[in-house]
Amino acid sequence: MKEYFVTIYKGVRSLLKGMKLTGYYFTHPREIKTEEYPDNRATLKMFDRFKGEVVMPHDEKNEHRCTGCQACEIACPNGTIKIITKQEIQPDGKKKKAIDTFVYHLELCTMCNLCVVACPSDAIVMAQTFEHSVYDKKQLKKVLNKPGSKIMEGVE
Amino acid sequence: MNLLGEDIVTEEGEFVINIGPQHPSTHGVLHLKVWLDGEMIKKIQPHLGYIHRSIEKMSESLSYRNFIYATSRMDYLSAHINNQACALCVEKGLQIEAPPRAQIIRVIMAELTRLASHQLWWGCTGLDLGAVTPFFYAFREREFIMEIMEETCGARLTMNYSVPGGVMYDIHPNFQTRVKDVLKQIRSKFNEYDDILTGNVIFEQRTKGVGYLSPEDAISFGCTGATARGSGVSCDVRKWFPYDGYEKVQFKEILETGGDCYARYMVRMAEMKQSVYIIEQLIDNIPQGDFQAKTKMVLKLPKGEFYQRVETARGELGVYIVSDGAASPYRIKYRSPNFCNLSALETMAVGSKIGDLVAIMSTIDLVIPDVDR
Repeated sequence: MKEYFVTIYKGVRSLLKGMKLTGYYFTHPREIKTEEYPDNRATLKMFDRFKGEVVMPHDEKNEHRCTGCQACEIACPNGTIKIITKQEIQPDGKKKKAIDTFVYHLELCTMCNLCVVACPSDAIVMAQTFEHSVYDKKQLKKVLNKPGSKIMEGVE
Repeated sequence: MNLLGEDIVTEEGEFVINIGPQHPSTHGVLHLKVWLDGEMIKKIQPHLGYIHRSIEKMSESLSYRNFIYATSRMDYLSAHINNQACALCVEKGLQIEAPPRAQIIRVIMAELTRLASHQLWWGCTGLDLGAVTPFFYAFREREFIMEIMEETCGARLTMNYSVPGGVMYDIHPNFQTRVKDVLKQIRSKFNEYDDILTGNVIFEQRTKGVGYLSPEDAISFGCTGATARGSGVSCDVRKWFPYDGYEKVQFKEILETGGDCYARYMVRMAEMKQSVYIIEQLIDNIPQGDFQAKTKMVLKLPKGEFYQRVETARGELGVYIVSDGAASPYRIKYRSPNFCNLSALETMAVGSKIGDLVAIMSTIDLVIPDVDR
């Protein structure tokens, strides 16, 4: 009989202990650390290493650093990157390999960063964008080199 | 009769029901066929294969650098530890060792992953047993760890940070201060975990004496991790077969002898404190130097077989590589902890009520993509 009441006492005590904690957070809304995502888009800043998508930075003269060596294409485990190269005739008459289109399939990419590590001339980097959803799958196939862009001078 | 032409009620009067594959408390696409006599469980048959992606076969066509990313998708809650296991196995084949700095970074990351994984498990266990609030408290602390991962590795869950020879890039300058802040915060919250769930009378009655697994059964089913340690079987790979400098850090292997759900719960709760203790020892002692050993462009393992085991948050993960000397593996086999732990489910659950099945499953801490691979 005594044991019965001891169990009830212990049970009620453990429940009150838990409710004390939830009550504390109920009365201290400042302890809540939730970020309200779509509302904080203006101030939301991702970490600078966040892997969002692969991009090819261009400078103000519309020049990139990609030589078309296809190291990233080999390093990619999913076939995300397809590089179509062309032969470009230089002013001194020599032929040189250059990229025609750098195709990047965002829908296949797993953001593993292996292509960025493999690139010998730092032509591609990871961007911090993350809102990738589109209505049509075709929009996820991207061409990374801008139209009319050239390779930067001095990059081999 | 159901659609497959099987009897819903067997000749012995047992009622056959299907739990899953879309049931919230199976934590993924696990399909359990359960034979019931009233409320008592008579037999359980797990049906697998709903999330099979053939990661092992896929890895055979990838190079030794490339196949590691796929292992993040196996046990996604201990993604870094899976990557570490593969990287260690390739290093074993190449007969190189990661520099001390890389090893320490890997261990810290692995323990952070374990901490995050156990916190998610704690929240889900509460949720499965009817307490919704622990879920939010667990995710609050887990979020801080995810931020550390995001800042240094660049991703929250599938980080792909371990590479053969070390880690992909050096730690972020803020890493040490951020980890120290987070550890301080997490340490102060352990009492809250105990207040709200561990001592709770409803929780205790639903877990104590439920789902008993004897040490002999745990060994014969090949259970590892907290599932086996809850039954008193010492199986911590970090203690028995140290890797990446675990022999230099001090920590205790948690053993409980109860063998029931409550014992497994207590093992994981104590393991969280041990993980914090390990990180506290290492965080100020990260040696200077390279974060990656020099390796060739194309990795080629010599002809032979290589095996490496690590302790993930759920048990022992084994990576077995057969190489024929080419640039990609001839065969890869993962010995995943969840598959073996799942096989012990029937032994644990037969004879108990159907409501207890949820408690048993949540304390085994199943991750279904790891079962199927």
